[in-house]
Amino acid sequence: MEIVGQLQKQFVDFSTSLNHEGFLDEQYLQLQKLQDESNPDFVCEVVSLFFDDSEKLLNNLATALQQQVVDFKQVDAHVHQFKGSSSSIGAQRVKNMCVAFRNFCEEKNLDGCLRCLQQLKHEYFLVKNKLETLFRLERQIVEAGGTVPVIG
Amino acid sequence: MAVEDIGSGCSSSGDQEFHVLAVDDSIIDRKVIERLLKISCCKVTAVESGSRALQYLGIDGERSSLGFDELKVNLIITDYSMPGMTGYELLKKIKGSTKLRKIPVVIMSSENILARIDRCLEEGAEDFLMKPVQLSDVERLRDFMLRGGEDREVVGCKRKTRDDSCSSSVLSCDRDHPLSPISVSAMAHCKPISKRSRLLATD
Repeated sequence: MEIVGQLQKQFVDFSTSLNHEGFLDEQYLQLQKLQDESNPDFVCEVVSLFFDDSEKLLNNLATALQQQVVDFKQVDAHVHQFKGSSSSIGAQRVKNMCVAFRNFCEEKNLDGCLRCLQQLKHEYFLVKNKLETLFRLERQIVEAGGTVPVIG
Repeated sequence: MAVEDIGSGCSSSGDQEFHVLAVDDSIIDRKVIERLLKISCCKVTAVESGSRALQYLGIDGERSSLGFDELKVNLIITDYSMPGMTGYELLKKIKGSTKLRKIPVVIMSSENILARIDRCLEEGAEDFLMKPVQLSDVERLRDFMLRGGEDREVVGCKRKTRDDSCSSSVLSCDRDHPLSPISVSAMAHCKPISKRSRLLATD
């Protein structure tokens, strides 16, 4: 069907651009390889866990940076966790932002940390949006009777 | 590795099902490692901390929920950085227990710190994997278990000279070596291998 072909092309183009623009790296492709008929929603499930975890971490970071006396070790611990989870799903730009953030934690640079938090939020919501679009495209392809192309 | 191959490997030769205890405080990483292990035909128990792991293994002073024979764990794979008890501390407790020290322990970490890797290997970890862990890493662990990993107290030379063709694990080097145990002091003279050289190369 024409529509399936169009959707599949959209999916491939979008996935490719996400990779080229650094939103998602090789690790995301690795996760897709772990998905099969016995676990058809694996990637979506992992990414949902990532969304929940990330939003908690962002709140924890905001709280920690608002304290009268900021505990930079605690802030760093949250960022470390965020770095780990973003790396595990291939959210490369989020991960890179976490690396920069940890440097400011080490320097106990509050302004740097606050700026990083804003940028981190920005990157996170960007990749969240992209991933939701990707999943939506996959659903549309399947609903139109097609199969989701395998990338990479 | 093609997705289509995944199912066939797990067909029912029940005698080769290994039980792996995975320890990681990240729910995301637990889900991923569990999937990686299941694809490699391992039974998995995933827990969120070192203390939960010790509880499961029955050495924290409380009775474990299963008899030791029933829970037979063939491999423990643990994250390094965890709140409370680190993977290194868990490793020490396991290696310090007469009941558990023969169980191979593999450490995972997102941080490429040579001193950390050395410390873990010296404390008796079988391998040190960089996160995110790949299917190829887990397949190598499975090969290790198939070769009777759990019966060896000292893995036959874990280390060899740097070789660019080495894959990313400390374990891979002993594929071609006979399983003769070597003394710890002999091992200390071995040069660091692929995992460390890959890590250094990426710095």
